[in-house]
Amino acid sequence: MKPTTAEREALGDALAALSAALVAVLGLYITFATREPAMALHGALLAVAAIIGGGAVFSFMNPTEDRPERADYVDGPIKVATIAAIIWGIAGFLVGDIIAWQLAFPALNFDLPWFSFGRLRPLHTSAVIFAFGGNVLLATSLFVVQRTCHARLAGRWSPWFVVWGYQLFIAIAGTGYLLGITQGKEYAEPEWYADLLLTVVWVTYLLVFLGTLARRKEPHIYVANWFFLAFIVTVALLHLVNNASIPVSITSTKSYIVYAGVQDAMTQWWYGHNAVGFFLTAGFLGIMYYFIPKRVERPVYSYRLSIVHFWTLIFLYIWAGPHHLHYTALPDWAQTLGMTFSIILWMPSWGGMINGLMTLAGAWDKLRTDPVVRLLVVSVAFYGMSTFEGPLMSIKAVNSLSHYTDWTIGHVHSGALGWVAMVSFGAIYCLVPWLWNRKGLYSLKLVEWHFWISTIGILLYITAMWVSGITQGLMWRSYDKLGFLQYSFIETVEAMKPYYVIRAIGGLLLVIGGLVMAYNIWRTIRGDEAVDLADQPRVAAAPGLRLQPAE
Amino acid sequence: MKHEVFEKNSLILLVGILIAVSIGGLAQIAPLFWIDSTIEKVKGMRPYTPLEQVGRDIYVREGCYGCHSQMIRTLRDEVERYGHYSLAAESMYDHPFQWGSKRTGPDLARVGGKYSDQWQADHLVAPRALVPESIMPGYPWLATTRIDAPSTVERLKTLRLVGVPYSDEMIVNAERDLVAQIDPESRSARDLLQRYPKAKVVRLDNSSTPHPTELEALVAYLQILGQMVDFATFDAAGPNLR
Repeated sequence: MKPTTAEREALGDALAALSAALVAVLGLYITFATREPAMALHGALLAVAAIIGGGAVFSFMNPTEDRPERADYVDGPIKVATIAAIIWGIAGFLVGDIIAWQLAFPALNFDLPWFSFGRLRPLHTSAVIFAFGGNVLLATSLFVVQRTCHARLAGRWSPWFVVWGYQLFIAIAGTGYLLGITQGKEYAEPEWYADLLLTVVWVTYLLVFLGTLARRKEPHIYVANWFFLAFIVTVALLHLVNNASIPVSITSTKSYIVYAGVQDAMTQWWYGHNAVGFFLTAGFLGIMYYFIPKRVERPVYSYRLSIVHFWTLIFLYIWAGPHHLHYTALPDWAQTLGMTFSIILWMPSWGGMINGLMTLAGAWDKLRTDPVVRLLVVSVAFYGMSTFEGPLMSIKAVNSLSHYTDWTIGHVHSGALGWVAMVSFGAIYCLVPWLWNRKGLYSLKLVEWHFWISTIGILLYITAMWVSGITQGLMWRSYDKLGFLQYSFIETVEAMKPYYVIRAIGGLLLVIGGLVMAYNIWRTIRGDEAVDLADQPRVAAAPGLRLQPAE
Repeated sequence: MKHEVFEKNSLILLVGILIAVSIGGLAQIAPLFWIDSTIEKVKGMRPYTPLEQVGRDIYVREGCYGCHSQMIRTLRDEVERYGHYSLAAESMYDHPFQWGSKRTGPDLARVGGKYSDQWQADHLVAPRALVPESIMPGYPWLATTRIDAPSTVERLKTLRLVGVPYSDEMIVNAERDLVAQIDPESRSARDLLQRYPKAKVVRLDNSSTPHPTELEALVAYLQILGQMVDFATFDAAGPNLR
């Protein structure tokens, strides 16, 4: 006998409440058993979150009412992730700008442990990549998978757990950095217990996504979902392998990675480069493949190119890690493999760029009239630029100059700001009126401002880093006429100062742009009358509020 | 086979993705664990002393790797500026590796012995007092924070679990060795040097004997960097081809 909907929901409610209770007990145990204040804080955070979560399950559970299968989409968790993305984004830009000023004016470290560059830097990178980028990916993937499958999200509590559990992970990881809790592996700084929490959240995310795909009423899985699925499952694999570690004790924040030296280096950059390849690329390509066609009301340029793009990109990206280790103690064969595949990777990257850009065929005028389209399209152009620059920098001869310098920092930011942040802004501006059922954004004019402020900020940032990086690289290797090294190291540090100031100003513009976005989104969500509705395209409105095109 | 198979079956798509993304990683990472020439045969590598290891953990905690590399590349100017290019063997007991990816400050792979203990300590507390143009943050709190000896022993035991060859003797004497390394000319310091050759017994003006501070630990760690391998017996052309 098949259980009724009510029975299944009651079982789900009971399991959710039971898990919350168990996690709360675990959190309290850690709080009182540990000798480390930081671990006590994190145990308490876990317990409080579990108690609030359990309370939410209790107050919303409804075991008796036998409701028919609902036809609408599950948008609550998506709304939370969207707002979280905006808040974390501004916080991440702000911390990034603070550390940029610290590099120009070191007194700004204030001799405080929790405010020094070394601890704030992972806070910045994690906040922008995982907190901002991650929430954008949660919001867009859960939105897109429902719409393209015509199915509700799988699970009743699971999507909520994914979104709130992810925020808890961010809070634990972020406060940990400030307290000096870190694994010391770039972009994988969270310690073992935060990693475990993320694993549980991420596996649930994968199951929700797969469960929703399984419910689909469309025979075909849409291309955006291939990219989202590849992103989710590969990030799980990378996370599990790279973070294999043994804690000093169950109540200690400290652990040691099981790998050492050269093997650890290779594993780390296999992870690190594919955090770029799968978190910051594949996931955001999923956004490109849904939001650009939707916003410009044109089909994706080439279906066949999508297929080639997808498989070649995911197969090739995973090989590119060793280009972070040129001329190091990593064996030469691995370096050469890394370089070769990085250069080949240029092709699928540009294939994807062409597919995104050419989707505008016949609708190029929208670039002029709709700043949201401009954000989306300029992001793809930046994607093309940084995926050309990347293979270039992976060539050993070029890398001997660029590595260890600000050129790398500039390259990362042309990808992270130009591509990831811009496509995220575009997607958020699309999503908010659709999710909150509004006729359009509060102000398209403010989107225009956001676009220009951000673009100028990005250009200041990357040009300053090109100049400082190449200058410093050349100074390190320059010889005087007697054959001695011409510059002491500290002279090359001094030469960086003007560029560090320009970079920090560029970063400040990104913060200001983020605030402009937050204001615009806040007014939109509040339901204020749009100031320039007549200028907005019909797709700006939520689907139910769109005017039909004239016959 | 038509691509439709992947588009219509989410689990086949999932398996296809897993196969596509596994090949590269397996080809590049797995061989490093069984190709013998990956880590050179050298003389002199040993586990870190308890104080050095605590210092290393502080180096990790403060995020020093964000600005300092520990990897001298095989390039002429780097070898002239920093010394012999780094070997894989030199980080064989490093959990995690700290090769770094950015040189906002100089490479530290061979900073050991380059400056006096007192210079390193003063520089860590107030970098611009010694190098006016420096942009490094100051770390004054290290000088006032004492090291927790029992947790140090736990740390060494965990490192032994992940493969660092600490002997029973090293573990048993860990607390003693921790204190010995800031107590020059003591008998326990001589024992320490027996167990850990080339260790630098740190001597600061206001030494905190018998309770080492984080500052002393970090200085002990910096002073051993690049010092362990005996390059007089290292044959780059020999069985160490990579």
